[in-house]
Amino acid sequence: MPEYSCSDSLPGSLFDVIIVGSGVVGCAMARRFTLEGASVLVIEKAADILDGASKANSAILHTGFDAPPPGSQEHGCLADGYREYLDIHARLNLPLLECGALVLAWSSEEADRLDGILQNARRNGVTSARILDARQVLSREPAVGDSVVAALEVAGESVIDPWSAPYAYLLQALDNGASLARNCELLGGDFDGVEWSLQTSRGQLRARQVINCAGLYGDLVNQLLIAESNFEIRPRKGQFVVFDKSARSLLNSILLPVPTEITKGIVVCPTLFGNLLVGPTAEEQQSRSDTGVEANELHALVERGGRILPALRRHTVTATYAGIRPASEHKDYQIQWYSERNYCCVGAIRSTGLSAALGIASYVYRQYQDSEHRHVPLSNCQWPRVAQVADPGPRDWQQPDNGGIVCHCELVTRREIENALSGPLAPGSLAGLKRRTRVTMGRCQGFYCSAELCELTEGCFEQPLAVAKK
Amino acid sequence: MKTSSCRVAIIGGGPSGLALAAELARGGIDDVVLLEREANAGGIPRHCGHSPFGLREFHRILSGPEYARRLASRAQRLGTRLRTAATVTEIGQQGNLTLSTVAGIESLIAEKIVICTGNRETPRAARLVSGSRPLGIVTTGALQSMVYLKHRLPFTRPLIVGSELVSFSALLTCRHAGIKPVAMIDSHARVIAWRGAALLPRLLGTRLLLNASLQAIHGEERVTEVTIRDARGDLMSLECDGVIFSGNFVSESSLVRASHLELDAASGGPRVDQYGRCSDEDYFACGNMLHPVDTAAWCWAEGAHTAAGVHASLAGRLNALQRRLQVNCGSPAIRYFMPQVIALPHPDCGTIPPAAHDSLQVRFNDNLSGRLALCDENGELSARNIRARRERRVLLPLPAYERLSRSQSLSLEFQPTQD
Repeated sequence: MPEYSCSDSLPGSLFDVIIVGSGVVGCAMARRFTLEGASVLVIEKAADILDGASKANSAILHTGFDAPPPGSQEHGCLADGYREYLDIHARLNLPLLECGALVLAWSSEEADRLDGILQNARRNGVTSARILDARQVLSREPAVGDSVVAALEVAGESVIDPWSAPYAYLLQALDNGASLARNCELLGGDFDGVEWSLQTSRGQLRARQVINCAGLYGDLVNQLLIAESNFEIRPRKGQFVVFDKSARSLLNSILLPVPTEITKGIVVCPTLFGNLLVGPTAEEQQSRSDTGVEANELHALVERGGRILPALRRHTVTATYAGIRPASEHKDYQIQWYSERNYCCVGAIRSTGLSAALGIASYVYRQYQDSEHRHVPLSNCQWPRVAQVADPGPRDWQQPDNGGIVCHCELVTRREIENALSGPLAPGSLAGLKRRTRVTMGRCQGFYCSAELCELTEGCFEQPLAVAKK
Repeated sequence: MKTSSCRVAIIGGGPSGLALAAELARGGIDDVVLLEREANAGGIPRHCGHSPFGLREFHRILSGPEYARRLASRAQRLGTRLRTAATVTEIGQQGNLTLSTVAGIESLIAEKIVICTGNRETPRAARLVSGSRPLGIVTTGALQSMVYLKHRLPFTRPLIVGSELVSFSALLTCRHAGIKPVAMIDSHARVIAWRGAALLPRLLGTRLLLNASLQAIHGEERVTEVTIRDARGDLMSLECDGVIFSGNFVSESSLVRASHLELDAASGGPRVDQYGRCSDEDYFACGNMLHPVDTAAWCWAEGAHTAAGVHASLAGRLNALQRRLQVNCGSPAIRYFMPQVIALPHPDCGTIPPAAHDSLQVRFNDNLSGRLALCDENGELSARNIRARRERRVLLPLPAYERLSRSQSLSLEFQPTQD
């Protein structure tokens, strides 16, 4: 049984590895360890996977051209993660938009800094990067504001689907024998020198190794299990605005600013769903869960987008959201094995987790092997193909027997919704259903489909759309 | 891919599309296909369960669903082919449409196409409202389809944002469903709908707060509270379990935006001439897509009036309208106007069919008084002293073709009255 539903009791058997957290890193970790032959259980405190830092990001697959220098954990994991995604995405039916990026310089000071970024890119093995003058930038991106001075072109930067990718990693783990328990909060744990005994909201669990992939709660899980943490999470909120699909044709590539010490800055980037995204902001905050948006910041993002792409001012906003990045006081990732305690913490995966996750998982597994742990990799592993909801398609609305379109803005069919609700890793909330199918995520935000959805999802979620019947 | 053809395809089965279909069928066009993406035709009135609808069309007071049913059955009785659950996904040149149905995609080629996709309310996200994103935040449209079509309630004590006609419709829907709104707020100093409407919330025991704006929405799973800035500028919290964003209608013109047709940025709909013809003369448009938002009765009448032009166009009789004069507008007080193009006939082309629009329809950004005029290089062609109200149409009659025939350029001017 790959997933233990809320009514199932969890097994008392001994797992090779328990992974705490099902964000993008936890999902990739589960996949790697499962494919290498380990028995894996993933525990997640929320009702759905990808419910923390991983639920909101800019969906860029980074080459690592501007990553910290070679030798850093982040650089190595980014480069490996990038490569592995390119290797496996087609087999898992995951989309990839190889649109490239331009780092735009708007002043001569910024233009002067492009050379340093170019050197960094080459040092990081991104050899295709090159500097464009203003004329070349505008011929490639005619909608960019004509006060642009120069740009660094990075061909390999791409856009992926931030939800279906980690979903597919976990699905592949489950299809190959891993287990998942949602609504399962870690309460404590003891290591007796041989195995871990974890106390959770769903009872006692046993494992030889524990891997902390708890993202925004990584330092707290460290304290809970090993009573120390070499980092402290400093939640950093990022707000985004999503522009209408009508704006998509304004842009071919990802537009990045010349970065500062603190943040990669605000990007304008296409999405795989045919929209344009502007964000994120970078706001330090105490809360690890408050993903509220703030009108002033949203207006500033709209304004910023309009300065970068003046024609954007004629287009409307479809959605706004915010995510929280698990930054810490350190610049690099904090991935550490405590081999004498059979414990690993994958912490402070600040903003590149989506790109680096597969690389992080391999990195952790290599270190695990180095401490003499041996499994036999699966010889005949399953490669599930996930349902395609990205724009290039093919999409279900083009196929026969789709049950009809329910969400007209995003062209989501009844069959897609029913499959998501009844399939493996079924969503535990409307938000989860939205991530899996994109229902209600279009320009009308549920004006037309809420009623239908109310009926279709009845009995599926702990928090239903309707509170009463008439 | 399955391919079929027809003489006229109408996209959207609301009041304007259904009226147009019926009128074309009555005029003897026997191959009219109406494409409706919902399971039933009728448009927005279909999920607006209260009265009054139908006074002008059927000379009696009907509920929204009953009105919608009558419009649809009348169009069908007269010979329109009604295809429901058929979503048009692309409109192309030479009258090529792509549609998606339960059977997958197919292609439909029509001699003439009329786009009647209506309008929708501006949801929370596009209003850039602060706060969390819990369950219980809906538009009036979503609320009404939940309540009237599916008999389900998304909340029991919501806040209503807005004071347009549709906001009062939201209030009536709440009353019907036993939902008790905690307040109705609008950032303007007076109710946007007609003044007397302000009595309705009072009668129903709902607080009406004017000059008050929504500052933030709170709640993790569901809405628990909102922050409002009141008329004095003070912040106040209001406990509630939902928010209804009502009104602030925008054109539902996604198909047009993704197509080869010229768009009018101000109205959000396609640029049309006085017949409702788009920049590609195989395409027409009518209804609320062109002028968000008007009543069902207005859209119904416009649909019927658009039929004559479509009919004439099928027979090639609009070809005589060769000269297209663009109407320009530089007044910042004017939010939008339509039609944006006047097509002028040859002097000796004989009789031409009646236009769908014999006036310019103008919307203002604010409540204003002044003189509205259509001018050419020699001065005023048509003018009116008007009192404009937010969200309400102002009509300026179009001058006769003989007067326009000498004009080189047209502009719409507004001179506010100095108080």
